[in-house]
Amino acid sequence: MLVFVANRLLSVIPVLAIVAIVVFLMLRLTPGDPAAAIAGDSATAEQVAEIRSKLGLDQPIATQFVIWVSRAMRGDLGESFFFKESVTALIGQRIEPTLSLACTTIILAVLIAVPLGVLAAHRHGGVLDRCLMGFSVLGFSVPVFVIGYLLIYIFAIKVHWLPVQGYRRISENFGDWAYHLVLPSLTLAAIYVALIARMTRASVIDVLTEDYVRTARAKGLTRRAVLVRHALRNAAVPIITVIGIGGVVVTESVFNIPGLGRLTVDAVLARDYPVIQAIILLFSYAYVQINLMIDLAYSFFDPRIRY
Amino acid sequence: MTIEVDSQQSLTRLVGPLATDRGVWQRVLRNPGVVVGAVIVLLLVLMAILAPVLGTVDPKAIDPAYRNRLPGSSHVVTAADGQQTTRTFLMGADTLGRDVYSRVIYGTRVSLIVGISVALISASLGLAIGLVAGYLRWVDLIVMRVMDGLMAIPGILLAVGLVAVWGARLGPVILAIAVPEIPRFVRLVRSLVLTIREEPYVEAAVAVGTPMPLILIRHVMPNTLGPMIVQATFVCASAILIEAILSFLGIGIPTDIPTWGNIMAEGRQLFRVYPHTILFPGIFVAVTVLAVNMLGDGLRDTLDPRTKSP
Repeated sequence: MLVFVANRLLSVIPVLAIVAIVVFLMLRLTPGDPAAAIAGDSATAEQVAEIRSKLGLDQPIATQFVIWVSRAMRGDLGESFFFKESVTALIGQRIEPTLSLACTTIILAVLIAVPLGVLAAHRHGGVLDRCLMGFSVLGFSVPVFVIGYLLIYIFAIKVHWLPVQGYRRISENFGDWAYHLVLPSLTLAAIYVALIARMTRASVIDVLTEDYVRTARAKGLTRRAVLVRHALRNAAVPIITVIGIGGVVVTESVFNIPGLGRLTVDAVLARDYPVIQAIILLFSYAYVQINLMIDLAYSFFDPRIRY
Repeated sequence: MTIEVDSQQSLTRLVGPLATDRGVWQRVLRNPGVVVGAVIVLLLVLMAILAPVLGTVDPKAIDPAYRNRLPGSSHVVTAADGQQTTRTFLMGADTLGRDVYSRVIYGTRVSLIVGISVALISASLGLAIGLVAGYLRWVDLIVMRVMDGLMAIPGILLAVGLVAVWGARLGPVILAIAVPEIPRFVRLVRSLVLTIREEPYVEAAVAVGTPMPLILIRHVMPNTLGPMIVQATFVCASAILIEAILSFLGIGIPTDIPTWGNIMAEGRQLFRVYPHTILFPGIFVAVTVLAVNMLGDGLRDTLDPRTKSP
């Protein structure tokens, strides 16, 4: 067990190293001189040279990489070209809305999808099952923003039940915060509901044919207990899949939520490379960490699982 | 050196299952998902090619006189010589008075070009890397670490970053969407190669002294084809979706080119009053992606025996 945990922890290092190299090279392969970009159009040659040495751009590329990584590990991700602020501070300001959206979405998606998937598997081949499968294929195909605008049109413009756009901080007013998050999380949850329901259904159908389920049932365990335990576990993996991040960016854009997704779009439009780098790094890091935690949790709960 | 082949069965063992399996295409064409998906995709391809003759006008033509028309509204246009013609806005007009119907029809071209190019580029690069990685141990070690790293970066963010670096034009956008898909192909091909290289027909080829590159191309590659086509179809669908997302966010293909994403991006301002500018292209994106995914699901069930759709 300990060996496995240690191995799994160590396996993260090369992955993160590759991510760092790719993200670092992305900026270095940018056409044009970053120093000139920071200095602006009216800067003199001396000013550009000064910025270049300040950023360490006159050093060999390997040295630059080492400096960049050691700074990044200390939480210093450089300064934004556009916002003229440290990237770390900028991300700190924007992380709350994104985390709020992500958490409410996951909760909502699991609450809707798992029972649906279990029910569909229970009545395998029935009306609900076929509707769900149809809906889940649709969920993969309809762009998130179309779902978002559709929901806005129905619930905010036609019936005025919910706000059109915007975000309230959780510290200001919890009720307002939740009220503004209903539509965005429903929008984003739509993709997950499709995905999780499909996975749940498949795994439940799979599990129901297993010998140990018959044994469990014979022992007198309720069918529900058997279902929920396996269904929930299998639902955990797709939650963190990558499409979600694209979804977050788009949903924030549709609902005018000032989170990391909006920051990404603003940074790309302003060619604010340090911010883009930092966001890619942050999301990749989060992705690797979440995967790691899930793997460790799995092997903890089910000692047969070794990766 | 030639190999004696005395029966159909040993031929299958020697050159692999797909090459002699004549039933495969019959099976594919009997799958309802494949048929429905393929018909819709064919219709879209026809629509893209025939865009100029489908009752469209110049999709970029700005006409302030017809700003924000509702779908179906028609107007009598009097030409200079006094001749009157009726002009109908099937899907309305946008805030600059451009015909949404024409823009949507022409937008099909961009979406299909992006989807197909991304699938082809990422599949061929993934195939090349995967074949070599699956066969050479030391390359495998390095390549797979790099691929693991690339896969840890959320695909859409990598694409967004690459677009920021390379510039938002059609070519760079296609490449930027293709790069994050490459690792998935490499993994697929590599895993297939690892299985195929143990097959008797590859062993036979090695035994008769066939050089390695020839074995890869002649014996291993054809057997990766089925799963590759399946994967490429799904990549095509997701590429169309990602292109629409990038354009919608204003960081994709330049706004003067009519793409579904761009049309929707322009419809955002007046969405409350004129939702049709988002709705119509949205429907087209959804139907296209749905059709390609259905095609992929059907192909997977028939071409790729290892996996079945849940």
